[in-house]
Amino acid sequence: MNSHAATFQHHHAAHCESGVISNLLRHHGVPVTESLAFGLSGGLAFAYLPFIKINGLPLIAYRSLPRAIIKGLLAPLATRFRFETFRSPQAGAKRLDDLLAQGQIVGLQTSVYWLPYFPPDMRFHFNAHNLLVYGKEGDEYLISDPVFEHPQRCASADLQRARFAKGALAPKGLLYYPKAIPQKNITPEAVRVAIRKNCRAMLPPVPIAGVRGMRWLAKHVDKLPAGEKHSADFIGQIVRMQEEIGTGGAGFRFIYAAFLQEAAQLAERPVLAQFSERLIAIGDGWRAMALKAARMIKGREPVNPSTIAALLRQQADQEEAFFKELQAAVK
Amino acid sequence: MDLDNVPQEGNATLGGHRKAVYARDASGRIVIAPSKGWEAEEIVTSNAVDTLQALAEAARQRVQAGAASPLEYWMCARRMDVPLLSQTSGYWQWRVKRHLRPDIFATLTDKHLQRYADALGLTVAEIRKLP
Repeated sequence: MNSHAATFQHHHAAHCESGVISNLLRHHGVPVTESLAFGLSGGLAFAYLPFIKINGLPLIAYRSLPRAIIKGLLAPLATRFRFETFRSPQAGAKRLDDLLAQGQIVGLQTSVYWLPYFPPDMRFHFNAHNLLVYGKEGDEYLISDPVFEHPQRCASADLQRARFAKGALAPKGLLYYPKAIPQKNITPEAVRVAIRKNCRAMLPPVPIAGVRGMRWLAKHVDKLPAGEKHSADFIGQIVRMQEEIGTGGAGFRFIYAAFLQEAAQLAERPVLAQFSERLIAIGDGWRAMALKAARMIKGREPVNPSTIAALLRQQADQEEAFFKELQAAVK
Repeated sequence: MDLDNVPQEGNATLGGHRKAVYARDASGRIVIAPSKGWEAEEIVTSNAVDTLQALAEAARQRVQAGAASPLEYWMCARRMDVPLLSQTSGYWQWRVKRHLRPDIFATLTDKHLQRYADALGLTVAEIRKLP
């Protein structure tokens, strides 16, 4: 085991990408929490992508695209990262082993399905999972998967398969590690820029993203026939994308609320603490919708798509008002 | 969400793991708390898993009735569909669909089957029959 592995500290996080990047930066001496990493990169988003299907159901993202959280952090922290993808799995395996031998802690994009340490019910073909490898012992990699409470181990053949899984968002063996981290403190200006950026992402001019994406999804949900199995599956998909390991959509509202609380101090703007409180209330609204949907799926009340659509619109209205006011507050 | 409301309902689909959740503590600070999961999440995840398992079971019956090849069962058992199996194996979707027919499947050579075996994480001998 190399020296880095011995000093590396695993921290539990709510989301894979913000968890990976904050753990990696913390390892290199930058004091960023997961919420700070998430907020600074402008990670909060919403996108309804009906043309990307996972098991026949549309992708609904509550966060920015894979890699966007990592890339979004580069400017505020003036860091540089190296991203590498591979044509052949052999080359990808060799590069990972070489980097580990050099003492690097390496970030990877992988499939969830082919990671054996995931609980069986969580193993779906989702290809944009992130984890850190911090060492190798024999044939096993030492893995810091931030959505797990404790570090994991994974046999090399399994990790290899997970890194080179195919299909939507195929990772192509993507690995990444920091090249240079010249600056270790966060400026008030960087915080303000990040909040402005995120407000724009939530109030975009395109109909598939942000609050307009929520309304577009609501429109589709409204059209689902009541009482059909597919309708229940579709509603379940919205909630799964919202709550499940590694995606945690409503959870993102709480992470962003945590960020706004930190930002109130970092950016010396106490008003942000009030926005943090408000966002917690909005997050609770998402949780109430998830509960309603779960009751329908469980058959405790009839499957009524228009009820869910109405709740979605209500969330969209609240978030629209919230981000407009937040935008004005950081002008 | 307040710290007292962090669900600890024991979501079975988490397989005993705890997930990190952000919640407000008594002093108003938002902190990470480990959660055993909540029922709403368990219901939607189980629903998704059940849907996939029902597909695999239906495929098994079709294979036993001679209406489908074992490839159809394995595709469903691996939680894949035709587009994904096509992407992973490198066969066009129309070829994958043909290979789901038992008569066509029977004519496939080991070399053909190896591509499916790799895509599904199985051996050629395994995908020739039901488990």
